[in-house]
Parts: sequence; C-alpha cells; structure tokens
Amino acid sequence: MSYARIVWAHLQKDLRLEWRSKDAINGMLFFSLLVVVLFSFAFDPTMAVSRQIAGGILWVALLFASTTALNQTWTRELRHQVLDAQRMAPSPASALFLAKVLANFLFVTMIQVVLGPLFIIFYNLHALGQGWLMALVLPLGTLALVVNGTFFAALSLRTRNREMLLPLILFPVSIPALLAMVQSTTGILTGEFDPGLWMRMLAGYDIIFLTLCLLLFETILNAE
Amino acid sequence: MRRVLQFGLPVALAILAVGFYQATYVAPTEATMGNIQRIFYYHVPSNIMGLLFPYVNLVASIVFLATRRSNPMRAQAADAVALASAEVTLVFVSIGLVTGMLWAKPVWGIWWTWDARLTSVLVLWLIYVSYLLLRRFTAGGQTQTLAAVLSIFAAVDVPIVYMSIRWWRTQHPAPVFFGGPGTGIDPHMMPAFLWNIAGWLAWGLMLVMLRYNLERKRQQVEQESALRSLEAGQEVAR
Repeated sequence: MSYARIVWAHLQKDLRLEWRSKDAINGMLFFSLLVVVLFSFAFDPTMAVSRQIAGGILWVALLFASTTALNQTWTRELRHQVLDAQRMAPSPASALFLAKVLANFLFVTMIQVVLGPLFIIFYNLHALGQGWLMALVLPLGTLALVVNGTFFAALSLRTRNREMLLPLILFPVSIPALLAMVQSTTGILTGEFDPGLWMRMLAGYDIIFLTLCLLLFETILNAE
Repeated sequence: MRRVLQFGLPVALAILAVGFYQATYVAPTEATMGNIQRIFYYHVPSNIMGLLFPYVNLVASIVFLATRRSNPMRAQAADAVALASAEVTLVFVSIGLVTGMLWAKPVWGIWWTWDARLTSVLVLWLIYVSYLLLRRFTAGGQTQTLAAVLSIFAAVDVPIVYMSIRWWRTQHPAPVFFGGPGTGIDPHMMPAFLWNIAGWLAWGLMLVMLRYNLERKRQQVEQESALRSLEAGQEVAR
C-alpha cells in the first residue's frame, strides 16, 4: 500500500469515528462559544476596541477548545489496545500521525466555519485590511495548533494526569505561533500594518514543526 | 563528586572573585547609565550561559535518542547530562530575567516590557519549566525518551530567541556585539566582561557535573533495586 493510501485509511477511520460519536466537534464548538461569550463579558466589545482584541480572543478560544479535543484524539486509541495494534502494524508510524493531524485540522476548521460568523456578529467586525487574507491565516494557524497539539497529546498519552500535562507542554512551544496568528489577524482586521511578515513566520513555523513531528513521531509512539 | 568540589569550587569562586573585582572597581563607569550599567557584567554572561546550556541539553538528548538501543549505558549517561544541563539552563535564564528586570526599572522606568527579546527568553524559560514538569509527570523508562524529544522542540526555540532581535522592532538595546559599526563596548570594560563569562561558565559546568553525578547515583540505585526485585521474583518462582 502506498503512503497516501495508508494516510487515507487512517483518516477515513478517524472521520467515521467522529461522524458516529461527534464527541470532539460538539465539545469544541460549545467550549469555544463559551469562551467567546465569556470574553465579551470580560472586555466590553465596543466598536473601537473590539477590532484590536478580536484576533486574540478568537485564537485563544480556538487554542483552548482544540486542547479539549486533542486530549481525546489519542485516548480513543487506548481502548481495546488499538494503539498497541498500531505499533505492531507494518505501516509507517508517521502516516498514522499525519492522518490524525488532518482529521484534527478538519474538525477545528469546522469549528471556525461556525465560530467565524458568530464572531463577526458578536464583535461587530468588518475587516479594514484585506479580509480575504483570513482565508490563508486561518488554515495556517490551525495547522500550527493541530500539528504540535496532536504530537504532544501522543507524547503525554501514557503519563500521569495527561489532561493536565498537554496544555503545560503545548502552550509554551505554541507561543510564537500564537503571536503570529494574533498579529496577522489583528493586522487584517485593523488594516494598520501589513500582516505579510507574520504570515510568512506562521508558514515557516508550520513547515519546521510538521517536519520535526513527522520525524520524531515513531520515537514517541514506541517510547516505553 | 568530591573531586568536582575540591577542584571546581575553588577555581570557579576564584574566577568569579576576579570578575567581581573587575566589574565593580576596575571597569569604567558608563557615561549615561552610571553604575547601573555594571549589572551588564552579570546579566549578559548569565544569558549567554542560558543560551549555551540548552545546546548541551540538545546534544545530550540527541546522543540519548541515537544510542538508547545500541548502547544503553552511554544513553543513560547522556540522559543524566541532559537533565543536569536543563536544570542549570533554568537557573541561568532565571538569573538573566531577574537581573534584566533590575536593570530595566531604573533605565527604562519599567520592570518588564513585552518586546521580542524579553518575550523570547521568557518562552525559553517556560519551555524548560515544561521540560522538567514532563520529566516529573512521566514514570518508568519512557521519561527519558519523551524528555529528549521535547528537548529537540525546545532547542528549535533558541535560534528564534537569537534572531528575534533582528526580526522584530524591539525596545531591548541593539546588539552590543556583532551588531555592525558603532557597536561594541569600551575596551576597558572588556576584562570585567570576559572574567565574568569565564567565571559563570566554570560555575555552570561545576553545577552540571555535580547534578550529573547525583543523577547517575539515582540511576544506579534504581537499577539495583530493579535487579533485586527481579532476583526476588526468581527466588519465589523457584
């Protein structure tokens, strides 16, 4: 079987599991919605300020929400020793990782599709910069969250209090990415500065960490 | 361990004493900042060590990952180096952050600013805290492998720290060294600076060696107790 077909098989399985249970998407959706509502109580979302802070709130909400889903993404493999079966399978381990990343990427993107319009309504937003650039920033940012998130979720899978550990190791490494996402989003919304540098940085971050994760995933999967 | 203390401690303390003398009495007072600038002789060496020991940690982690199957004994030693250098990194970065704040308050008028360089060093600090937390939260043989992998992630951050001063607009003083024409310090300040770098390097190396020995002893105790329980199990089976 070719590499692409293995990835596709893994991805199909993850999507089917999610389609039948809808655990991750429901949890993430409601969670991020709550964060957005809570933030609008914490900071008064009036017109002038909202454009400055909306980028930050959007990405922090997504970061928190994706942690809740990422914690489950590998735990479901623990039931019935599925993960041990995966380790013994002759297929490359990185294919398993890549499929998980793609699945999580799709889930978080779906959240954004619902959350985006809500955000525009709640915070009275319309972009003063080039709004279409968000179509680039959102996938790049999501990938940055999901790549490291999926990797660290696998890393903390067999540790004590894993739900606690994932954000503790994911957030510090994600700070440069978060900075780039928020800055490019704010740049687009306010139109005050060019988001190009930050988008390039985000793309670079994605490439560097995706490569690193693909190379090191097998080590993590077989650590004992 | 005693040897490290017998030789390392006097040497490190002697160099640090010379460095202190040079920094406090010999080096000229800076023109605009006055005596506050003398913290530079501690701040910069600490930060240099804080950026140097992550590389030790990285190399040790890579050696661990490369040899954990083929040469377990060497891998264990490498892991002890990785742990020791991670802890020493955290100490130096903490000192760098605190001395930076002490300097910033009188000179900038604020303790902290979220500029690129300070933020990057803070991120480095956070990553090494999470590295040590990961080591604490995991159990058994997987700790070392997982920590080594996280160390590679952490090391990717270090070049970002160094480059950030040029990538982003920043409030931190422009690079003092290698920053192009017009940068660099008064030659009379150089001895104090170099003595302090040497002193803190010696001190850091001594700490790493002490912590390394301690971790090796802990590994030994762990192996012996594992062996004993294995033997006890065989006794029962017989």
